[in-house]
Amino acid sequence: MHIKHFWPLLAGIGLVATSLSVVGDDDRRGSGVAPVSLPLYQQECGSCHFAYPPGLLPARSWAQVMAGLGDHFGDSAALDALDQQAIQEYLLYNAADRVKERRAVKIARSLRADEAPLRISEVPYIVQKHRAIPARLIKDNAKVGSLSNCTACHTRADSGSFSEREIDIPGYGAWDD
Amino acid sequence: MKILPIVIVFLVGLSSAHAGAVDELLQEYRSQGAGPFSAEAGAALWTRSGGAQTCAACHDSDLRTGGRHAKTGKPIAPMAPSVNAKRLTDRAFIEKWFKRNCDSAWGRACTPQEKGDFLSYLRNQ
Repeated sequence: MHIKHFWPLLAGIGLVATSLSVVGDDDRRGSGVAPVSLPLYQQECGSCHFAYPPGLLPARSWAQVMAGLGDHFGDSAALDALDQQAIQEYLLYNAADRVKERRAVKIARSLRADEAPLRISEVPYIVQKHRAIPARLIKDNAKVGSLSNCTACHTRADSGSFSEREIDIPGYGAWDD
Repeated sequence: MKILPIVIVFLVGLSSAHAGAVDELLQEYRSQGAGPFSAEAGAALWTRSGGAQTCAACHDSDLRTGGRHAKTGKPIAPMAPSVNAKRLTDRAFIEKWFKRNCDSAWGRACTPQEKGDFLSYLRNQ
């Protein structure tokens, strides 16, 4: 090796090492779930709660949610027939078991084939990820209230990112396992 | 000289864009046998208990301030058209939320009379 190629080579090794460490990072950007991309879904479902990205539940769960909108966790979330069909297709096509994003895949894999939870907060992967967090920071924290309130702590949940280093728990701050 | 009628038509159009949706709906409820409508009755219905929850539980009893969804805590924009110009301007939107919220709060659809009373109350806030 001629000495004049040394520095470019070193820089090249550095770049490769950096990119490897990024790829190896558990929380790399863009590997969460796909953000919501249907304005109708955002409008109809996001009026009352965070419009949960479809990659957070498998298709069989979304199908059940959409079949029961007349009693949606105690409230009516009734839609007219056309909107219902468009939203259902969107959710099913982009469900956890139909997409490639890393967290969606992990969610799908954490469920048995016959399991179809209606609540994202009951998905085994989600439960396991939040297990170490004491109740006073979520359920008993007035600014959070429930595991279903993703955006209270996940500052970039709107863009489908749930990275640990983006967590800001109200009244507590960052969370580090 | 020609501009004045245009300005008048424009101004009338502005004020009726807001009134239009409500007046059309009131007329529809009348055609279903309801009426006359009362803002006072609407105000009483707003805080009526007996079902799962009241309107005010999420929308607040002061309609000029915003509310919060009783379960999720998600903010809800003020209901009063005087501070939120988008309110009561879209018939389909109004009917969609009557359908959802009457069922959520009272466990049944609202009658044309109740809907007319609600709108008569809300439009003046």
